Amino acid sequence: MVRPAMDPRTALARLTDVAANDVIPFAQRLSATMKRTADDLALRLVGPDFDERVRLVRSRYEAIGGDPFGYDADFAKYAVMVCSFFHRMYFRTESFGMENVPPGRVVLVANHSGQVPIDGAIIGSAMFLDANPPRMIRAMVEKWAVTLPFVAPFFTRVGQVVGVPENARRLLEMDEMLLVFPEGIKGISKPFSRRYQLEEFGLGFLRLAIETGAPIVPVAVIGAEEQYINLGNMRWAARAFGMPVFPLVPQLFAGGIPLPAKYRLYFGEPMHFSGDPDDDDAIIEEKVWVVRQTIQSMLNRALKQRKSVFF
Amino acid sequence: MTQDATRGNGSRFDRRAADVERRRQLRRSGDLLPVRAAKLIENGAVVITGICGRLGRRLARNLHRVRPVHGLDRRPFPDKPKDIEHHEIDVRRKKARDIFRRGDVGALVHLGVMHDPRGDSEDHHTWNVLGFQKLLDYARQYDVPKLVLVSSANVYGPRPDNPQFLTEDAPLLAASAFSDMRDLVELDMLAQSFFWKYPRTETVILRPTHILGTVKNAPSNYLRLKVVPTLMGFDPMMQVVHQDDLVQAILLSLQPGIRGIFNIAGPPPVSLSQGLSILGRPALPLPHTVARLGIDRLWRWRMTSFPAPELDFIRYVCMVDDSRARQVLGYAPRFDVEQTLRAVDEERWV
Repeated sequence: MVRPAMDPRTALARLTDVAANDVIPFAQRLSATMKRTADDLALRLVGPDFDERVRLVRSRYEAIGGDPFGYDADFAKYAVMVCSFFHRMYFRTESFGMENVPPGRVVLVANHSGQVPIDGAIIGSAMFLDANPPRMIRAMVEKWAVTLPFVAPFFTRVGQVVGVPENARRLLEMDEMLLVFPEGIKGISKPFSRRYQLEEFGLGFLRLAIETGAPIVPVAVIGAEEQYINLGNMRWAARAFGMPVFPLVPQLFAGGIPLPAKYRLYFGEPMHFSGDPDDDDAIIEEKVWVVRQTIQSMLNRALKQRKSVFF
Repeated sequence: MTQDATRGNGSRFDRRAADVERRRQLRRSGDLLPVRAAKLIENGAVVITGICGRLGRRLARNLHRVRPVHGLDRRPFPDKPKDIEHHEIDVRRKKARDIFRRGDVGALVHLGVMHDPRGDSEDHHTWNVLGFQKLLDYARQYDVPKLVLVSSANVYGPRPDNPQFLTEDAPLLAASAFSDMRDLVELDMLAQSFFWKYPRTETVILRPTHILGTVKNAPSNYLRLKVVPTLMGFDPMMQVVHQDDLVQAILLSLQPGIRGIFNIAGPPPVSLSQGLSILGRPALPLPHTVARLGIDRLWRWRMTSFPAPELDFIRYVCMVDDSRARQVLGYAPRFDVEQTLRAVDEERWV
């Protein structure tokens, strides 16, 4: 018996049948599940009140006719979402003493560490996602970063400003929260052997705080030192490439992903300083020394309590 | 008076000594401006250089009904109001002195600053610097009690390490990256030294940010393009000021007792991309190197009048703090960002 040749129309009909009954519903179910998972993940990352927080921060700047430094709430939202993955899941940040941060103008002074300035982003996410009310952190960006394409508008839109004293003064007068790392580049590129030992502090932040009457909140960041292991700075390479430091970090040759150390943020009690902001360096240094010792002792205490680097 | 006695002597040195003594007396009495000068500032004639420009005509129309206005421009003023006295003279020529010789000049408003990067640099320099020096000489000789120079916030220069808002005491660094700005910086400096040397004249320097409107200047022309080229990966914050807000600031600075340098900014700043989206102009982002090379080429082939170093204005911030103008002058912009930006598309009726 000769089998009749398959009718091409029925073959097509069967194909559309399969598509309609199996493939498309499966794809729909899959996409629905994926969307739900993504939503769940987003909710777990940023928290249920994220939209409310974005709105609160935005309304603060809308009230003054837009942020004069170029903060863009709709753009910064996505930056915070990316940061929140690292904040909540990767580094699992724990914050202590956040209620010590007073409302209004304030200078957060933190230890700088970790080769890559993730510590700033984590403090920023903590203030945006965990503090009540949410606040936007303003940090100072290196001048050369402003000359780089894409980097410059990115920093502007997430509310970071060029690191000149005039800008810092203006921000504090706007009752903003300023984040300062007085150790500077020496702090962030510390070798592993000197972890959690503070470098010399600059004096500018204290003069600024006295001038604007802003309280200083010392912040100890634990965990950032372990994210990249710096075996030491290669001076000759730094000189050859014209860079300030050339840290020898084995991880950077293996994908460059930071180790998932657990971040702990300790916010100390606000410190108030008075006097003449234009005093001699020697007099300002004494006050800076007080801040530096406070942070060092906060670091020492936290390190003693810490059971594990990763948990 | 001592002054008359020494004038009889005829020695130039003595006259200067008497001048210094008189000024010292005035300062001691706490009233630097004699009563006559104060009256002259309020009612005397206003000499406007560059009156035939679009900004000059707007200022003249605002002023000519209240007080006498003299125009000083080498261009003709075809549809001028009847009560404006127009002198079609090159500032560099001696004839310009005659306007001041009558002694009824209450204020000199200098708008006739040339900024045409295409132009001959020799002509540019003599017009701007030597011409302005002549005007300053006349102001000193004939005791003009008020001098207003409309400089520009561009004299600070767009730089990566600029603070977000520059105050009046910031250094004028525009010429370090772009030498064609040298004349404008020098002009500003001349007025500053005049301010210190001749306190009998109330010198006012206005430094407005990008003036938008029917005026023909670089920022307005740039925003009038059908497709606006921008630099890929750069989006600086910008301040713009409506031409009529600037006219208001000039009128305010003509009041007696006002002196010094004032930054003039308009409504709160916006980023370049926000500004373009308000105007509904499509942007054409170009990588910086491509834009720079391309504009350099076009410039050499005389196909653009936009010099490549001016690209820094759409790359870095150059914004000013105008709180001094708001407090001392009482200046407040009347146009918001949207109105100011849209002003570039307005029909040019003057």
